[in-house]
Amino acid sequence: MDPVILARLQFAFTIGFHILWPTFTVGLASFVAVLSGLWWRTGRTVYRDLMHFWIKLFALAFGVGAVTGLVMSYEIGTNWAGFSRSVSNVLGPLFMYEALTAFFLEAGFIGIMLFGEKRVGKGMHFFACCMVAIGTLMSATWILAANSWMQTPAGDVADADGIFHVVDWWQVIITASFPYRLAHMVCASFVTVSFVVAGISALHLLRRQNVEASRVAFSMAMWMALILTPTQIVIGDFHGRNTLIHQPSKLAAMEGLWDTTRGAPMTLIAWPDMKRAQNLYAIDVPKVASLYLTHSWNGEVQGLKAVPPSEWPNVPIVFFAFRIMVGIGVILLAVAITGGVLRLRRRLYDARWFQLVSLATTPFGFIAVLAGWTTTEAGRQPWIVYGHLRTADAVAPVTAHAVALSLAGFFVIYAIILLVFAWFAGRIVLAGPASRQTALTKYIRPSLALSAPGLVAGATSDTSPDTSSMNGRVMP
Amino acid sequence: MSIADNLPVLIAALVAFCVVVYVLADGFDLGIGILFLLAPRERERDLMMASVEPVWDGNGTWLVMGGTLLFATFPAGYYVLLPAFYLPVIFMLFALIFRGIAFGFRPQTARFRWLWNLAFAAGSIVATMCQGLILGGLILGVTMKGGMFAGGTFDFLSVLGLACGVGLVGGYALLGAGWLIWRTSGPTQVFAREVAHSALILTALMMVLVSALSAWRVPEVAQRWFAKPNIFYVAPIPIITAVVLLTIWRRIWIGREAEIFVLGLIVFFLGFAGLVISIWPYVVPRHVTVWSGAADQQSLAFACTGAALIIPIVLAYQAYAYWVFRGKTVSEPHDAESPSSY
Repeated sequence: MDPVILARLQFAFTIGFHILWPTFTVGLASFVAVLSGLWWRTGRTVYRDLMHFWIKLFALAFGVGAVTGLVMSYEIGTNWAGFSRSVSNVLGPLFMYEALTAFFLEAGFIGIMLFGEKRVGKGMHFFACCMVAIGTLMSATWILAANSWMQTPAGDVADADGIFHVVDWWQVIITASFPYRLAHMVCASFVTVSFVVAGISALHLLRRQNVEASRVAFSMAMWMALILTPTQIVIGDFHGRNTLIHQPSKLAAMEGLWDTTRGAPMTLIAWPDMKRAQNLYAIDVPKVASLYLTHSWNGEVQGLKAVPPSEWPNVPIVFFAFRIMVGIGVILLAVAITGGVLRLRRRLYDARWFQLVSLATTPFGFIAVLAGWTTTEAGRQPWIVYGHLRTADAVAPVTAHAVALSLAGFFVIYAIILLVFAWFAGRIVLAGPASRQTALTKYIRPSLALSAPGLVAGATSDTSPDTSSMNGRVMP
Repeated sequence: MSIADNLPVLIAALVAFCVVVYVLADGFDLGIGILFLLAPRERERDLMMASVEPVWDGNGTWLVMGGTLLFATFPAGYYVLLPAFYLPVIFMLFALIFRGIAFGFRPQTARFRWLWNLAFAAGSIVATMCQGLILGGLILGVTMKGGMFAGGTFDFLSVLGLACGVGLVGGYALLGAGWLIWRTSGPTQVFAREVAHSALILTALMMVLVSALSAWRVPEVAQRWFAKPNIFYVAPIPIITAVVLLTIWRRIWIGREAEIFVLGLIVFFLGFAGLVISIWPYVVPRHVTVWSGAADQQSLAFACTGAALIIPIVLAYQAYAYWVFRGKTVSEPHDAESPSSY
């Protein structure tokens, strides 16, 4: 097999797997920090219980994120030596600053966050949680600065050997697409975590586990979803218009638009045929694409044919990935608004059908993030540095066999990690946030525990911690 | 010498500093993984893992720092050496993945704990062996053509590399044992003192073997060490190393508790100094020097400013994290209040 394809497959697989964990931990670190702060300031045990519960999941996910991220920092050298050679002057310092200002900050305070609450006190624990949360955000900032430079390069010159040299660091770091990309990704992480927290809290509400804590978490998550989901859609619109200006062929692939058009239609669904350069089975809504892209009914949108086919990305991949992302965004918006309406009618905690819906949307954010990254990265092809360096010229002088072997290795290992994570995280989730020792509940027989919901069913928000600890429904 | 000549040297010192901190810090927690299956009971293993749990991630971060700093400052070292050591680098990453997730997953299960013990120990040993193979390959040098790596996939395999790997296994085990003597008590500490002997013997033997092999296989290295007047300047390094190794031998059972750990760190520091003497001033030995392989002045200055400003802060809060978890590690009864007891 072609080593370029293999190297791309490996990179797509390892980074696609990796991005799931930061997406989760960027948002969750902030949620845990908020819980730690609330526990410190209010002293309400419900915040402590929630914090301990979510820290357990955070610890598991953070470990996986750290080790799969370590892979990325070396894979760029092992598989993409040509790229490393060309861009080291530009991207090297950005990666170094990420390690320096983000990874160390996370690693330095994560021990205190996970194990140090008793040793340092509530205030310092809150501070440590904030440092970890800031670390995750700094990490996102640097890596998205690097990615944005690859999408919309600026502040550099390339010499005859194809080596990039930096002229202006500000322009390198704050490129045209960077603010939109950063806002879109960070908001994506917060939205994803909002729906994860909502979904898992909904599960606990359905199972009547620690009802008081689960209600607080469900309520917080639905507030976040209500505020952030529309915000994310607005940011996405800005990001799209930015792409129209700076990467028109990517945007044309997203829209499935072949000819440069005034009053471009919105293609709901179609099969983009690259050979014939047209859409098959298209369902179009006239003029709408021009409206949301240019904010004018007759605005001009550049089509794919404006550049030669050798500079087209793989149109179907970009086209469908974009529709998956937007589709999920619309579904999540509907869920968030429904939650808001139910809250107004004071039925947020009672509507069991809505809890089932929330449970079902738990993984949606992750799918949307993967689809979004597929859109932007596959849409950048055939360039690795947009308009300057082709992906095919960027690989390392290693044999296809070596890449195939390591790809197989990553595939097997990551599959094992995902299964093991799902197993352990599942057990933590089923155990639920406890106000008493979880260790004790482990020994409650399922048959005994199943009789408990009847007792807890009538529990209201003023349930005492003792009652809510009868959440002994741990799977055998 | 102008600033343009001095800056690469300064940055090389910075890269060396990060590598030393990585080897010293991750060395002892890899060492604990290496010793993991040798520990007599599950109780000792719990304690061993608990003693590094709050700090291992910070230690491992120096590996990321070293990699990115190399990329930023001596890119040739990054894009030539990583493809050259493709398999050992990838397998080191595989091993570090298993070892890293074992911290999170091992406490979750009783029935399959043995599996995570195995993952933690095997991950630590394989990662260390891979580092040794890379080290040996670095001393022997790699094939280059047109500024890129031009050798084969299995070029990294060498007797010297294997000897370096075994030596690092011994050395990290010695550091791990020293850490346990310092930070634990009771049966775990006795166990650590017992294994420290074997680890020390292994380390000493391999240091001799690696030195001899490097001088024999690579004339430039022999030249560096044995030509006059060099020999008078560099002779103190092996002599002091021998003295420190002997001191450890005599003090394992009688010294102060932190002593073996500190002496172990000194052995590693001396070993690293020896390595620098053997390969200076090369980034890619005998091909690319710190001057010919340095990044743009622009990039060096930008990277260097940040590193100089921020590394002291990093060291300060890492020291604080160590200080928070100071003293002997004790096995805490399982208690839902603390998240360490899943």
